[in-house]
Amino acid sequence: MDVLKIATAGSVDDGKSTLIGRLLYDTKSLTTDKLEAIEKKSKQLGYDYLDFSLATDGLVAEREQGITIDVAHIYFSTAAKSYIIADTPGHVEYTRNMVTGASTSQVAIVLIDARKGVIEQTNRHFFINNLLRIKTVIVAINKMDLVDFSEERYNEIKADFEALMSKRDYQDQSITFIPVSALKGDNVVNKSDNTPWYSGETLLEHLETIDQKDVFNAGTPRFPVQYVIRPKTEDYHDFRGYAGKVYGGELSVGDDVVILPSQTKSKIKEIHFYDQKVQTASRRSSVLITLEDDVNISRGDMIVKANDLPIIDKQFTATISWMDSQNLTAGNKYVIQHGVNKVLAKVDTIHHKINPDYSGIEESIAGLGMNDIATVTFKLNKPVFYDAFKDHRTNGSFIIIDTKSNNTVGAGFIQ
Amino acid sequence: MIDTSNINPLENEAIYIMREVAAQFEKPVLLFSGGKDSITLVRLAQKAFYPAKIPFPLMHIDTGHNFPETIEFRDRLVKELGLELIVRDVQDSIDEGKVKEESGRYASRNQLQTTTLLDAIEEFKFDACIGGARRDEEKARAKERIFSVRDDFGQWDEKNQRPELFDMLNGQIELGQNVRVFPISNWTELDVWSYIQKENIEIPSIYFAHTRATFLRDGLIWSADDAVVYRDEEEEVVDRIVRFRTVGDMSCTAAVLSEAADISSVVQEIRESSISERGARIDDKRSEAAMEKRKQQGYF
Repeated sequence: MDVLKIATAGSVDDGKSTLIGRLLYDTKSLTTDKLEAIEKKSKQLGYDYLDFSLATDGLVAEREQGITIDVAHIYFSTAAKSYIIADTPGHVEYTRNMVTGASTSQVAIVLIDARKGVIEQTNRHFFINNLLRIKTVIVAINKMDLVDFSEERYNEIKADFEALMSKRDYQDQSITFIPVSALKGDNVVNKSDNTPWYSGETLLEHLETIDQKDVFNAGTPRFPVQYVIRPKTEDYHDFRGYAGKVYGGELSVGDDVVILPSQTKSKIKEIHFYDQKVQTASRRSSVLITLEDDVNISRGDMIVKANDLPIIDKQFTATISWMDSQNLTAGNKYVIQHGVNKVLAKVDTIHHKINPDYSGIEESIAGLGMNDIATVTFKLNKPVFYDAFKDHRTNGSFIIIDTKSNNTVGAGFIQ
Repeated sequence: MIDTSNINPLENEAIYIMREVAAQFEKPVLLFSGGKDSITLVRLAQKAFYPAKIPFPLMHIDTGHNFPETIEFRDRLVKELGLELIVRDVQDSIDEGKVKEESGRYASRNQLQTTTLLDAIEEFKFDACIGGARRDEEKARAKERIFSVRDDFGQWDEKNQRPELFDMLNGQIELGQNVRVFPISNWTELDVWSYIQKENIEIPSIYFAHTRATFLRDGLIWSADDAVVYRDEEEEVVDRIVRFRTVGDMSCTAAVLSEAADISSVVQEIRESSISERGARIDDKRSEAAMEKRKQQGYF
């Protein structure tokens, strides 16, 4: 079955966890025992409603503080498709976890508290979705029950958000506004009688119509070699297969290919998926490729179509989201993981810091702190084979690893 | 010819993760309990490396309280597939005085497994342990990364996890640390059952309806076949037609009333069920944060 990955975004107390709980509840995806646990706990805490965030805030610290600290992945399905929702934190200090959740998602739901309207955090969340080039954005104007389901208020917020949309650089984005009350269940799964002025779809109805096949940027085929398979058994004595996942487009038997970085030419001989041989491997499929020629290939190399090469260079400029408490400064060295390829990188220039509230850029920045977003040029110790993020979601992105702590300290989107 | 776009995206993701483990680590191991999730992992590992063999061993941390059907199945599977199996026993940890057996009506060896597991990781110097945990199982599990770094003491620092972006998995660790890897993180219970059905994968017989001597406690059905399950004298033993949804330690895994005797009936039953899988695991009911606490201590 098709899987649709969704990330939620919204400020603290905008009701992200409640919205997810409501989706689960109204689609009857919450099992009796989990529902009983929520009822019991809500009662114990003295609430006069069911606190669905208890279903998603899985850590003790989260329940103690009533906030989401780290991404939770929530699963439910309808007859039409399976859904994975990344419930991401709203606090500014957990922006990195929001980027984490959004990086694998096809759809973003931005929540706005109808009483508060568009606030600075909304700018930030929309900016990140825009940076990640998330094609489908749903703006859920929540807590409509607290503004008497006012059409006027809804239109006001919609107009404010549209003003925000005019500042984005990624135009190919579909944006849908839906007035909801997650707590009461209006327009989440079921149509609400309280919003007769709204003729659009409910949140779930809208999700059901999204064609996820088009969501990921198709791009051109890139096949980073993950692992070389050499069985060395009687039956497969000379077998040498290249295991990996196809990113963008598709690869077929007989395709003329080039192997990077050696730039050796060859032809695809066979494509295996387990014990079957297939003619074509489409994007996101984990297959095994054999080539006509005996070429020396190892992990980190990339097989691409001969007529469609990526950029091969020892430096690139990227927008990065910094995620570590240790500052990034010019001259620092890191490991950059681009797909399955790892290279050593030196921060050459920090061009400027970008304010994710669309208030402009800051020039001559010495270093980047936690949650900062900036444009940075890196020099690399060996070439990587990349595309611009706008053309290729996978081959245009990378992570930054600290050489001392081994932590993932940043995410990058190549320009 | 088959177009691979119809192949399950979750399967492709899991195969990719398996290959990342083999490529990034020196001594990986697949934690195998003989349950449906780890059996699924074995099939995914076969697919990831075919036509070569799975390039890492399996390891079972045996509580000694396993269903005999599971152990019989385990031994047959590794023999048929020609896999290497390492077994480490919780009983040994008890005998060495490293852990203390619980007593009373809720006694279970489930938690004791952690010590045996951590000792085995140290003994073999495993740097990656592949497990069949799924994020839909439990709310603390829903927070787990696919590559989850554990410190020298096997501990999970739930508040300071590595960001995990795109599908780039960072397996860089220091000596002494290890990574728990969960290739089927994004699968649900129904996904696993549907996959077992589609792939025609053999599973232990206790997953299917059978007649068993049982007794009731706390609204749950317990196996009365074995002395390891504590039973009060007044708890009456009755034959019931049951099956197990999960095959953990016998002492903490309850059965469910079921007539589902084949895989398609099981899939149908799971589809319609209004009780979660772990609803029959008493170890999770100890407190609201039971799983989180166990994971902090090094539970898989």
